Amino acid sequence: MDQFLQQIVNGVSLGSIYALIALGYTMIYGIIKLINFAHGDIYMIGAYIGFAVTTYTNLGFFPALIIAMTGCTVLGVIIEKVAYKPLRNSSRIAVLITAIGVSFFLEYTMMFFVGAEVRSYPSLFTKRAFNFGDIVINMQQIYIVLTAVALMILLQFIVHKTKTGKAMRAVSVDKDAAQLMGINVNTTISFTFAIGSAFAGAAGVLVGIYYNSIDPLMGMMPGLKAFVAAVFGGIGNIPGAMIGGLGIGIMETLVSGYGNSMYRDAAVFALLIIILIVKPTGLLGKNTREKV
Amino acid sequence: MLEINNLNVHYGVIHALKNITLKVDAGEIVTLIGANGAGKTTTLRTISGLIKATSGNILLEGKDLTVLPAPSRVELGISQVPEGRRIFPDMSVYENLELGAFLRKDKASIKKDIDEIFEQFPILGDRRKQMAGTLSGGEQQMLAIGRGLMSKPRILLLDEPSMGLAPLLVREIFNIIQEINRAGTTILLVEQNASMALSIAHRAYVIETGSIVLSGTGEELSKSSEIQKAYLGGE
Ligand SMILES: Nc1ncnc2c1ncn2[C@@H]1O[C@H](COP(=O)(O)OP(=O)(O)O)[C@@H](O)[C@H]1O
Ligand SMILES: [Mg+2]
Repeated sequence: MDQFLQQIVNGVSLGSIYALIALGYTMIYGIIKLINFAHGDIYMIGAYIGFAVTTYTNLGFFPALIIAMTGCTVLGVIIEKVAYKPLRNSSRIAVLITAIGVSFFLEYTMMFFVGAEVRSYPSLFTKRAFNFGDIVINMQQIYIVLTAVALMILLQFIVHKTKTGKAMRAVSVDKDAAQLMGINVNTTISFTFAIGSAFAGAAGVLVGIYYNSIDPLMGMMPGLKAFVAAVFGGIGNIPGAMIGGLGIGIMETLVSGYGNSMYRDAAVFALLIIILIVKPTGLLGKNTREKV
Repeated sequence: MLEINNLNVHYGVIHALKNITLKVDAGEIVTLIGANGAGKTTTLRTISGLIKATSGNILLEGKDLTVLPAPSRVELGISQVPEGRRIFPDMSVYENLELGAFLRKDKASIKKDIDEIFEQFPILGDRRKQMAGTLSGGEQQMLAIGRGLMSKPRILLLDEPSMGLAPLLVREIFNIIQEINRAGTTILLVEQNASMALSIAHRAYVIETGSIVLSGTGEELSKSSEIQKAYLGGE
């Protein structure tokens, strides 16, 4: 039982990282129906920015987090403007292929500048841990979960209470109707990329802390898993991405803890296949409404 | 108020609007009637800026709008209530109305205007927190009209507000349109329900396969034998 709870604790911290990445996938999908394959690489770059800040300056966790988020915001907005916006009226497959191209571009540009080797993240927190019976919760896990939860609350606030958030929801549902309200669709799409990328940047720093190591291809696997998380929760659905991320994180740690960590990744993709067969719209997804 | 000169619109190779010329004076209800596929929706979408014209121009009080993007046209006083209502189904009635006022900054008077909409459409007031997608067709149409008014337009473009509604509701919607007009908003009304539209319109245009083929006062057109035959089901 204790081992089970311990795995849940580990799963929640890993899952909250997946959830942050999944949120970006889901928001971007919601607004331009694009599976942004470059999203995992933005997260990788966030991890490197965090690494650079904490290694080469005296700044601590929070400044590193803010700088990584800011850097990724800028990057995400530029990618959207340069690579996706010119294709606004092209077929979805053309945009998808472009996204894959952007992904490779980011991975190998990064490799060119920082080298392919794995780097280890400086440890930012005390080794202190809290024991609850046999369950151990360490400082890193607490920071990871608290950061993720704070960002998700912030996102809920933005999406539901601010004008820009309402514009995002309106554009996601109906671009023409949104324009008739006076909403600038391009600005709103930029803003969505900004938030999604900022969250990916935060996730990058958190994962650096969690796994202690980063490399230029680190975005691929978590990117795919976060994508599965988004599909699991119902792509386009924000609470769905949160639940999906946590679910995948917990599932992964349970599979590693009880079975074999070799099956960890396979289990995630098996889940994807099961969702696509049983409920392709995901846990919280709706069947798409036909427009009259 | 609104003036459209020699407007041409293409969808790829389809020539959807052919030299459309029409005008709407301040305070009028003008209706544009025609069969399904004639080009009514295309006309309204071009006025509101969702579609770009290939040639011709659109003037609002003398100001040329032809190349402005849709949001700027809303700012200048054009508001379109689209065909099929297109309310935001996963937002509440209240949020839908707020979005209608997206470009306005006067928070206090937005609140006041929403209350006024609730006075005009009490059923919406009762359901202010309800998700708009759960409203009935008639209620959704009222919401779409209310939302369209929230930008305080000079001219309201209505695209088939009677579509899919029971006759009693159609009557009610048309009464509402007349009230809105009496309160000072100019209206361009697109309809397939020609007899209803002509009964409240000051002037009317008839559009056929992308061209204006007839125009006159509402009364004249109601009596015209051509219109009787083609649109009013008379002999
Ligand atoms: N998005 C589009 N792409 C291609 N053709 C279109 C499109 N929208 C409308 N059309 C065509 O343009 C013509 C006018 O359509 P529309 O303006 O919707 O007519 P109405 O509103 O009078 O029923 C029709 O022949 C229609 O098939
Ligand atoms: Mg139409």
